[in-house]
Amino acid sequence: MKSETFSIATASDVVRVRQVVRVWASELKFNIVDQTKLVTATSELARNTLQHGGGGVMKATVVENGLRKGIQLTFEDHGPGIQNIELAMRDGFTTANGMGLGLSGSKRLVNQFDIKSEAGRGTTVTITRWK
Amino acid sequence: MDRIPILKLGECLLVTIQVDMHDELALSLQEDLTDQIARHASKGVLIDISSLEIVDSFIGRMLANIAAMSRVLDAQTVLTGMQPAVAITLVELGMSLPGIKTALNVERGMELLKAYIERDSELEEASGLEE
Repeated sequence: MKSETFSIATASDVVRVRQVVRVWASELKFNIVDQTKLVTATSELARNTLQHGGGGVMKATVVENGLRKGIQLTFEDHGPGIQNIELAMRDGFTTANGMGLGLSGSKRLVNQFDIKSEAGRGTTVTITRWK
Repeated sequence: MDRIPILKLGECLLVTIQVDMHDELALSLQEDLTDQIARHASKGVLIDISSLEIVDSFIGRMLANIAAMSRVLDAQTVLTGMQPAVAITLVELGMSLPGIKTALNVERGMELLKAYIERDSELEEASGLEE
């Protein structure tokens, strides 16, 4: 199964990973709305990895469930972690300079969303969008 | 450093965003535009995003900031050409861009700006007579 890991260390890497996800989604023949949703969620989460996690990686994998295909993306950093995930997932919660829609908003754009974080050890967010 | 070109067209400024912007580029556009509005005493700003494949919360916030800053500087902003998939995603993300005027394409956007500018100058004349 196709799987690849990309580094997220600079603002240009955020642009690059969303272009990669766009290409993968279009190769799997996601429709344009689904492509746009997945790429937008990628942008939000990659920016979080860079700004809050101090950089990290995005692992992209093509996943299958019976006849259905999808894309699973894992964003991983070893930054300070999130103290209170429940609070961070709320609309309007913001620590940096955003609108506070990064986590809560990207959750609405995908089919599966999983977040794990430990203070001092980093954060891992995994999302899946099925075709 | 890359810059997004700003064209002056009479009393208006015209911006066409044609590249996948990284965050710094978006921020520099915000600064450049407010500089130019003040320098030319522009009355209208038209931002065409028909080539933009995503608008995430960061770009959305930048567009909202530009509209708010221009209003303070006595200029109107119209956003044109948003792709339907981008509009769907943006609303689902939780951003409905309140307070930003939109038009389907550049031509209609310019008409809208002209109408605003005429209305504003009529209002100014009318209040001038009362004094």
